[in-house]
Amino acid sequence: MTKIVELINVFALLSLLAVGGGTAVLPEMKHVTVERHHWVTDTQFAEIYSLGQLAPGPNMTCVALIGYEVSGLAGLLAVLVAFFFPACLLCYFVSKFWDAAEGSPWRNAVQRGMAPVVVGLMLAGCYALGKTASYNPARDWEFNLLTLAIGAAVAVILSVTRINPALTIVGGGIAGYFLLGS
Amino acid sequence: MSELSASPVSLGRIFRVFAQIGVTSFGGGIVAYLRRALVEKEKWLDEDRFMAALEISQTLPGLNSTNMSVIVGRQLRGAAGAFVAVLGMILPGAVILTGLGFAYVALRHDPKVALILTGVAAAAVGLLLQVTLKIGWKQLVRPLDLSFVLLVFVLVGLFHVSLLVILVTVAPLAVWMHRPGAKKEGL
Repeated sequence: MTKIVELINVFALLSLLAVGGGTAVLPEMKHVTVERHHWVTDTQFAEIYSLGQLAPGPNMTCVALIGYEVSGLAGLLAVLVAFFFPACLLCYFVSKFWDAAEGSPWRNAVQRGMAPVVVGLMLAGCYALGKTASYNPARDWEFNLLTLAIGAAVAVILSVTRINPALTIVGGGIAGYFLLGS
Repeated sequence: MSELSASPVSLGRIFRVFAQIGVTSFGGGIVAYLRRALVEKEKWLDEDRFMAALEISQTLPGLNSTNMSVIVGRQLRGAAGAFVAVLGMILPGAVILTGLGFAYVALRHDPKVALILTGVAAAAVGLLLQVTLKIGWKQLVRPLDLSFVLLVFVLVGLFHVSLLVILVTVAPLAVWMHRPGAKKEGL
């Protein structure tokens, strides 16, 4: 039960910190769940995030799986509610009053100012995931070269084609199965 | 503000439309799916209102997709509309993920499955990087914005500074640099 309360506390706070979308909160989420609470390992965190890319809908729904790891289905539900409800509630009330600020030059300032902060957070998220998913010091250089190449290939394919991103993730899994085992 | 169409849309219809978006959208490009369904197909909002709602969604904490669901659902049918819209958006993915989660917990120690998961995770980094660059290229080419991007990256990525600290220090500074009437340097 205390685990559930802890999960709710952590994810409710992350919910309200997720300024600029779910991806911006990724480095903080990894820090809290992996390093502070040891709910999941580095590798598990990266894998859970990746599973989120395979399911439809908002990809941060995958946070529910951290709850599942910690306390089964109850943990899953607790995290889902804690991660989505606070931000939704805030949005519900604030968006009602937002139109009062229509035309205020500060609204533009907030958006312009927050944009680079969010991009910096997203880059930090890439780095936090990549540190285990793309480059694993425990593996030899050939293995790491392959994982880096898989990531680079996905980034390039998505930049030049309009393929469904989930397919590139599936492709990564197939490449992993055939290339990384040897 | 809240009257969007002449006859009220049923809650079931709101749920179905958002669930359809929730089940067909992959890989973080939900805004495009939302526009197609809400503006082009259902005509619940015009382009201007869609952009206004998106602007709020991006500024407030929370996922853009669920914030959009809250705003549009609320405009259509108040609190109940917001609730079913968010539920529709999240539920399909959550159910599928629960299934994936069961499989993951049961199979992840299998060495063959571990290889697949490693490949999947390596690919997800590439996807995240591509999305970041696509969203952020405008910020990466402006010197002032780039300096904030790098500052946040170093503080959060390398020094593990808490996000809360960033939001009360760097974020207000970044907004201040873009304050109304500020000198437009590096733009």
